Amino acid sequence: MAECRGLGHSVQRKEDARFIRGQGRYIDDVKLPGMLYLDIARSPYAHAKITKIHEDTAMAVDGVAAVITGKTLEGFKLAWMPTLMSDQQMVLPVDTVKYQAQEVAAIVATSRYAAADGAAALEVDYDPLPVVVDPHEALKPGATKVRDDKESNHIFHWEHGDADGTDAALAGCDTVVEQHMHLPRIHVASIETCGCVASWNPVEGHLTLYLTTQAPHAIRTVVALVTAHLGLAEHKIRVISPDIGGGFGGKVPVYPGYVLATAASVVTGKPVKWIEDRSENLQADSFARDYHITAKLGSKDGKVTALKLDTVADHGYSDAAANPSKFPAGLYHIATGSYDLENAHVSVDGVYTNKPPGGIAYRCSFRVTEAVHAIERMVDLLARENGEDPADFRLRNFIKPEQFPYQSALGWEYDSGNYGAALEKAMDMIGYRELRAEQAEKRARGELMGVGISSFTEIVGAGPSKTFDILGIKMFDSAEIRIHPTGKAIARFGTKSQGQGHETTYAQIIAEELGIPPEDIQVEEGDTDTAPYGLGTYASRSTPTAGAAASIASRKIRDKARKIAAHLLEADEADLVWEQGKFHVKGSPDRAKTIQDIAFAAYTNHPQGMEAGLEAISYYDPPNLTFPFGSYICCVDIDRGTGQVRIRRFVAVDDCGVRINPMIVDGQIHGGLTMGIAPALLEEISYDADGNITGGNFMEYLVPTAMETPHWELGETVTPSPHHPIGAKGVGESATVGAPPAVVNAVVDALWHLGVRHMEIPMTPARVWDVLNEHGAAATR
Amino acid sequence: MSSHQISVTINGEEHTREVEARLLLVHFIREEVGLTGTHIGCDTTSCGACTVLLNGVPAKSCTVFAVAADGAEVTTVEGLGNGGLHPVQQGFTEKHGLQCGFCTPGMMLTSKALLEENPDPSEEEIRWGISGNLCRCTGYVNIVKAVQRASELMKENSDG
Amino acid sequence: MIPPSFDYHAPDNLEEASRLLLANPEAKLLAGGHSLIPMMRFRLAEPAALVDLRKIPGLSGIREEGGSLCIGAMTRESELEKSDLVQSRYPLLADTTRVIADPVVRNLATVGGNVAHADPGNDHPATMLAYGASFVASGPSGQRTIAASDFFTGPFSTCLEDGEILTEIRVPEAGPGSGGAYQKFERKVGDYAVAAVAVQVQLDGGRIAGAGVALTNVGLTAIQAGAAEAALVGSDGGDAALDAAAQAAAAAADPTDDHRGSADYKRAVVRVLTHRAASSALARAREAS
Ligand SMILES: Cc1cc2nc3c(=O)[nH]c(=O)nc-3n(C[C@H](O)[C@H](O)[C@H](O)COP(=O)(O)OP(=O)(O)OC[C@H]3O[C@@H](n4cnc5c(N)ncnc54)[C@H](O)[C@@H]3O)c2cc1C
Ligand code: FES
Ligand code: FES
Repeated sequence: MAECRGLGHSVQRKEDARFIRGQGRYIDDVKLPGMLYLDIARSPYAHAKITKIHEDTAMAVDGVAAVITGKTLEGFKLAWMPTLMSDQQMVLPVDTVKYQAQEVAAIVATSRYAAADGAAALEVDYDPLPVVVDPHEALKPGATKVRDDKESNHIFHWEHGDADGTDAALAGCDTVVEQHMHLPRIHVASIETCGCVASWNPVEGHLTLYLTTQAPHAIRTVVALVTAHLGLAEHKIRVISPDIGGGFGGKVPVYPGYVLATAASVVTGKPVKWIEDRSENLQADSFARDYHITAKLGSKDGKVTALKLDTVADHGYSDAAANPSKFPAGLYHIATGSYDLENAHVSVDGVYTNKPPGGIAYRCSFRVTEAVHAIERMVDLLARENGEDPADFRLRNFIKPEQFPYQSALGWEYDSGNYGAALEKAMDMIGYRELRAEQAEKRARGELMGVGISSFTEIVGAGPSKTFDILGIKMFDSAEIRIHPTGKAIARFGTKSQGQGHETTYAQIIAEELGIPPEDIQVEEGDTDTAPYGLGTYASRSTPTAGAAASIASRKIRDKARKIAAHLLEADEADLVWEQGKFHVKGSPDRAKTIQDIAFAAYTNHPQGMEAGLEAISYYDPPNLTFPFGSYICCVDIDRGTGQVRIRRFVAVDDCGVRINPMIVDGQIHGGLTMGIAPALLEEISYDADGNITGGNFMEYLVPTAMETPHWELGETVTPSPHHPIGAKGVGESATVGAPPAVVNAVVDALWHLGVRHMEIPMTPARVWDVLNEHGAAATR
Repeated sequence: MSSHQISVTINGEEHTREVEARLLLVHFIREEVGLTGTHIGCDTTSCGACTVLLNGVPAKSCTVFAVAADGAEVTTVEGLGNGGLHPVQQGFTEKHGLQCGFCTPGMMLTSKALLEENPDPSEEEIRWGISGNLCRCTGYVNIVKAVQRASELMKENSDG
Repeated sequence: MIPPSFDYHAPDNLEEASRLLLANPEAKLLAGGHSLIPMMRFRLAEPAALVDLRKIPGLSGIREEGGSLCIGAMTRESELEKSDLVQSRYPLLADTTRVIADPVVRNLATVGGNVAHADPGNDHPATMLAYGASFVASGPSGQRTIAASDFFTGPFSTCLEDGEILTEIRVPEAGPGSGGAYQKFERKVGDYAVAAVAVQVQLDGGRIAGAGVALTNVGLTAIQAGAAEAALVGSDGGDAALDAAAQAAAAAADPTDDHRGSADYKRAVVRVLTHRAASSALARAREAS
């Protein structure tokens, strides 16, 4: 039969047809009749009392239809909204702003230009208040209190593992390394910013929300819960997530702009569009990271034994992370990484400061990047303290293939892995030993080059319902497949692609299971009226959850198809053999019915007593998470005159289990690597003592161009997940998680002989030069 | 303040409108003419999502006033294929040079102009040529391959 | 980010443009728009009127004439990049244009706008100082020629008077034994310089007979480093002279601490770049001898 191009084929993407013709439909392309535009006036201060908002100054502008303030919203009990971490966040302040660029008022007008004029014209009187930007300062007694409704700036303490056992084990180690590190604020900066079009129909009491969201169903439920007192109900809310121009975690939270557009639509009775500017996106949307980590790692007789991480997490003025509810620090306790160690303890203290809210992902599954950074830096340090090459030290201390499923000291059950094979492959590809020899020669000549390794273990696919939920909703995901009479299919999912190519890869999974070619399968996501409920696409969970659901739903269809085939072939079900795309009678391959024949019969000639139709739905509750892994090796050269770090080569060997579409997998890794080196070398959002932001636009927030991005070299190993129906693991984020410590380890390696033991990120030329200068190694030409 | 009657030829079709002087070309294209393939990704002229060909050369249409494009010829992504697919579009699909597709129209237009000037660019020349267009998804490797593929296709076309 | 409203004029001659500027003190000229429009979008500039230069004939083009390389003010950066004349004979200018902004921006950004905008981060001002270029301006009281060294009076300010328009840039014609180089250190493509150094030298026999050294983004304006020039002139261009020039250039820099780095760092970068630019300039000058 014809090749069905299921798993393992680099099928060209179905979605490309519209994207390359400029026919994608992104949020700003949605235009409804009579639509108004909303713009937001923002605070110039990081902390201030609002003494007066002169609404008349904006109303005087031509075309301005309404000005919405915190007071307006208070009237509807909408001035505050819950975050996904069950904290509270302002939609608009009633009297006090808590961070620079915070929303202060919404201006609704007949055009985008008039709305902008209104926002520019709006006069607001402020009384500045003291500001706290450093989370350590915020924890001190007498510190400026960020939240009036809370006792202190301390949000939560969370810890996991055996504290006493870990301390005792560290005391018994012959070698212990300790390091403080800061992973600064960064921003996903998808090239499309966030936005929405809210359309309220007062007659029907119905709200349609076009929204840049990675999780349309969850958002619908949140909207229903938050607006129930206003008479909105979930069956009257339709969330449509159109094509999304990149998400990476930044399009999971609910932003005030969404609520404002909705409120404005209700107030004006017209559709209202809000599209954020890049500066607003960088300055006010959820940030990622901002973890201050103190790490200790110890070994005895060269064997890694104990890990301890104490962490201060700067959440800004509200904990607006998007973690599963039971995990205030996400999956940070994957921190023991790829190493077989028995004692570990991690703690995190969340803190309020006068900065925008957040703590979301940056293309990473819930704080895994922070965990990987800590362990991969520490293992490097410990290797050297033991006098051993970091590669050899890793190879000796990895969890061995025969130890899987592996129970980690922090309670995870790793599904499968072969860490040594991945590292050895990476070493081969880059010529690790040769690079070491070259380095020795260069060092003798005074040139700086370094080689850094990161052998990460990811944890994705949240997650099993016994532990994973968001606001109480379990983290399953779904697929609904209908086979039409002519054998073509439509499949709908609870997830939402933002460039990952779901329309293609889901079709390939179904193709593999049912033998229907991918081009005969229409895949849809993102419309809550039509798609089955699901928690959405982030944290590399789509393949592990919805991808699995696609398999399971297909198999349900196959079960029914078998019955129909038995009826058609007048054979016993038990005598039928499935080969891709058809059933035949055991021993007589010619007595066969294709899935297309069966589909037709399901509507025209189904067995008596059986319901017509051929469709199935699956809400897949994964039995465990999946644990992709890989080894990356980075080789850098450092300019002693300017401090510039150049990545000469970067080899990435990834193991994400079975690969559905290798071309798409490679693409995900390329993109992930780029978003991995970016925070290592370029990107940062920082604040001065008054809470003024730097890095709040694309001139200062340095997203790499093709010139700063190295030519990635990829390799692969394949260790299937034993519990996933097709053995796949998820790959969207591995590279972002794994890459940063490889770069840091390479730079520290280049400078090791000078006495350098650590570098904070981003390793900007200025920062590297400072270190060179301190160690007398800066050149003057 | 001042408003002006302008005519801009977009993808071969002339569009005459009365516009405010401050209307940005990108909004003229997207809102007035309704061609939404040209995107907006920043407010500092950094990202290139809004790139169109203005009298044949790539230009960031968020940083041009529509009035100043009066009488100009503009090509947007919608005009790239001219019915079929342009080799650049073909190359981008074949080599997986796009993921979310948001940077893609600008990236393809820049690539088209690059190839017209330099039909056989090296990897370094391609990276240099597209360095005014940001992509957050692809890590550029496959965009480079897409441009190389387009270059092959263009040569095949002109040979055949 | 939407620019504020303004009146728009696109006159087809210089006199009319000058008249419009004089009639409206809040008016600004519009060239490539790639400095002005971003500022307007952030409402950091709110001109009441814009006078677009695009319809005025004769303002763009590159040619050698009367001992100068004459560049029309409206010449786009990309035209310099594509000009064989510039690429083969004016390496300092060729280097400079290549590192301004990014390739798409360079298709619209003009050389005149770059000079007239006088952003300390703009790259052409230092290059023009190093060349000893002069600028032709046309205004209500006629045409005058201004030496680059007199032109830049402060950040974003020049000695152009009300109603005056920069029409042409004149770079001394390249002769045998001349060469130059521009070394810019930026954080990524599209960034303004952390620091940059322009060096132009004239060799006479084995000796440096004339030198221009100027610095970008390490002061309120582009800085001409006279002491660095002096350290080069008369020398053989050996390492000692280059080191002395580099040190002098670093001393002439007047940077501040900011997100691109500390003042000390930027001074160190100026020193390194001066050395690199000078040795590259010398190599090119020797080749052109
Ligand atoms: C993303 C980005 C990155 C950039 N990076 C760099 C960089 O690295 N280095 C660099 O040097 N520049 C950089 N620029 C600036 C760019 O080169 C500008 O285009 C240039 O500074 C101004 O030229 P313009 O033709 O665009 O002038 P416009 O923006 O039109 O005008 C700028 C100013 O000069 C005045 N003006 C223009 N022409 C004349 C004239 N003929 N006579 C009198 N006054 C005049 C205008 O009134 C206005 O005040 C960057 C710009 C962008 C958008
Ligand atoms: S929208 Fe970013 S450059 Fe135009
Ligand atoms: S494909 Fe998403 S930004 Fe390029």
